[in-house]
Amino acid sequence: MTVPPRPDAQLHFGVFFQGVNHTTIWSDPASGSQIDFETFRRVAQTAERGLFDAFFLGEGLRLREQDGKILELDIAGRPDAIAQLAALAGVTRHIGLVATQNTTYNEPADLARRLSGLDLISGGRAGWNAVTTDNAWTGENFRRGGYLEHAQRYERAGEFLDIARAIWDSWRDGAIAASQQSASWASEDAIRPVERSSDHFQVTITPTLPRSPQGHPVIFQAGDSPTGRDFAATHAEVIFSRHGTHFDEALAFADDIRARLRAAGRPDDDIKILPGTQIVLAEKESEVEEKVRWVKDGQYTGQTALSLAGQVWGRDLSHLDPDGPLPTEDPEHRAISETRGAPRHGQDPHAIAREWRARAEAENLSLREVVIATTERSGFAGTPAQVADELARWVRHGAVDGFNVSPYLVPTGLDEIVDWLIPELQERGVYRTEYTGTTLRHHLALPEPLTHRS
Amino acid sequence: MGVFALGIELDGEGFHPDAWRRATHAPDRLLTGETLRTRVAAAENAGCTLATFADSILPPDAVAGRIDAVTRASFVAAATSTIGLVPTVETTYAEPFHTSSQIATLDYASRGRAGWIAERIDDPRAAAAWGRPRITGEDELAREYRDSIEVTRRLWDSWEDDAVIRDHPNGRFLDRNKLHYIDFRGATFSVKGPAIVPRPPQGQPVVLGADGDVDVRLVAADSVAAAIESAEQARSAGTPLAFAEIDVTLDTPGATAVERFGVAPSNSPARLAFSGSAAALVDLLTHLSAHLDGVRLHPAVIDEDLPVLTREVLPALLRTGVTHRPVPGSTLRANLGLARPANRYAAAH
Repeated sequence: MTVPPRPDAQLHFGVFFQGVNHTTIWSDPASGSQIDFETFRRVAQTAERGLFDAFFLGEGLRLREQDGKILELDIAGRPDAIAQLAALAGVTRHIGLVATQNTTYNEPADLARRLSGLDLISGGRAGWNAVTTDNAWTGENFRRGGYLEHAQRYERAGEFLDIARAIWDSWRDGAIAASQQSASWASEDAIRPVERSSDHFQVTITPTLPRSPQGHPVIFQAGDSPTGRDFAATHAEVIFSRHGTHFDEALAFADDIRARLRAAGRPDDDIKILPGTQIVLAEKESEVEEKVRWVKDGQYTGQTALSLAGQVWGRDLSHLDPDGPLPTEDPEHRAISETRGAPRHGQDPHAIAREWRARAEAENLSLREVVIATTERSGFAGTPAQVADELARWVRHGAVDGFNVSPYLVPTGLDEIVDWLIPELQERGVYRTEYTGTTLRHHLALPEPLTHRS
Repeated sequence: MGVFALGIELDGEGFHPDAWRRATHAPDRLLTGETLRTRVAAAENAGCTLATFADSILPPDAVAGRIDAVTRASFVAAATSTIGLVPTVETTYAEPFHTSSQIATLDYASRGRAGWIAERIDDPRAAAAWGRPRITGEDELAREYRDSIEVTRRLWDSWEDDAVIRDHPNGRFLDRNKLHYIDFRGATFSVKGPAIVPRPPQGQPVVLGADGDVDVRLVAADSVAAAIESAEQARSAGTPLAFAEIDVTLDTPGATAVERFGVAPSNSPARLAFSGSAAALVDLLTHLSAHLDGVRLHPAVIDEDLPVLTREVLPALLRTGVTHRPVPGSTLRANLGLARPANRYAAAH
């Protein structure tokens, strides 16, 4: 067997507690709550038992709508990410706590302060998944309101991050008095006010917090457009990518990011790539397909299938029978964009409809069956040993540095991964057997923050 | 008079400028979870009804470091079981949509023990820090305060209590008829809604403030007579409860209050200033309990005054029945004798 390029590579795991989605099976009796704290505590503590790097929360700024009406099908309603992670920091000791927070409808001094507070109170375990928001529809909930073009969003995000970093670095190390006999609590010139003036921001602030044990929160980024990738190469420390299903695609993405890092003057291992994924495990090989089918059946109810088809066709299809045929007419041109916050945003509805029709005809499938059949298995399925082999191959060949796992059930969905898969990974030498540090940056084996390199 | 509630302010090291020199830890330990947890646990074990956490985007005076109040309150939420947790979030520049989500989340994490001190900030440095046009003048500040509370309260009600239906046979998670656009339009901003966080456990977390549509009026007064008068005015204006604000400097085992700091130091001219023995404070609070619904105590030095409060003052007040321990499993509203409000949108059906 040939030696893989990174024989000693280690896998990093995050758990993504999904909010709005249809991938969590909430019809199962074991399904917990999307909002009660106990469900979050259980998932975070299970992940910590499994020596995960991070617990990850998304953000919601407006409830999803279809055809101008609030979408009823998904799990919806979720906590404020930073407040919830602060509460979880109080009942965990090691696991990193990553908040998705947008740069469009926050202000840098306020958000930097809250993230830095989470970082300090957790002893250096905070991360920030910096995202932008793409529509005025979301802005209707905020003072700022309004709309930003794609390029402007990233411009604002870049300036936002620069200000956040300046705030995080504004206290000289050792700024706080070493003893109570000192002249003042913080030495006089040890805190530099931050002043920034640009098209997007006019900010002057005297920051109120020192650097944390990990320097500052670890910066995650999730955008996939060329602009998003360049943004990551300039600013990010971890990429939460969407390339976690096909090995070749993942490797191509990783190579592209490495090239962009070099172009940005950074070492090409300076970012950890963690695609989102689902993992379905069965004890015996003969049970795998059945379990996969069970998961998809739970995820794609008849109503969900009709809703997804409705997004493609651009009209309400809820009167149709999900176990019947696809609609005979063509999709509306306006399609898709009418569904706010929909995952298929930006794709060509006609192409999707053609693909679905072909599939239905070839395999004699109902509408719901087509939706299930064309929905890619986004992740891995197999016995724990099979999945462990596959994940080890991915990381040792440099396609990923790990995964951000979305359990299909909360809070119990992570149990099998922790109890079955982690030991297999440990046996293969691709997964830690204990936490060796206390900060998220240490777990991820990341170097000093970008602003603190010699 | 119903319940007499004891609140304690746990920001920083205490209100005295030299408090940080008297803390039981090195100066940089202030900004740790451990220090916070120990103090909140002491207040909870002693029987305090609620702990408050002051905040501002600007640095505090004597101690330049401060973690934001919502983060501090949330950090102790799951590790405590009876004490109310009440962060300050200012109303002048913060996003009401975020404020509403933050306090609602704290309410879930604490199982119904969240409050919110709504506070104006009138300082050009705050506008510069937020990067927003300065809001100045009594009318404008009052407007932002009023609008911020209004939006936050409407968002808390924007999900009816039974909006999550989990109707498995029909694949519906929500009943959209029980979700409401709040459609708020104010002079400087508008908010569409509904909230992202479902209606919090208390329905409406407890809102505290110096005026406006609050559940608890924090009375600004520098004498007992003025505090009682203000409380009466607040109640006749429809505010359910009124608390007195008291700066507290106590005799400690090592030194009397006067020996510690001289004559009654005070943080603010708008607060009662108490300086003296635990027994004298018990007498004062017992007297106030006949006229007010509670107090918020501001210790001069948390690490010196909190132990006296927990060892001498609280036990005496609990013994005589002036105050009561919050009941495990109860909400902060219930512990304050406030009902869980009906949802304004459900009521409108």
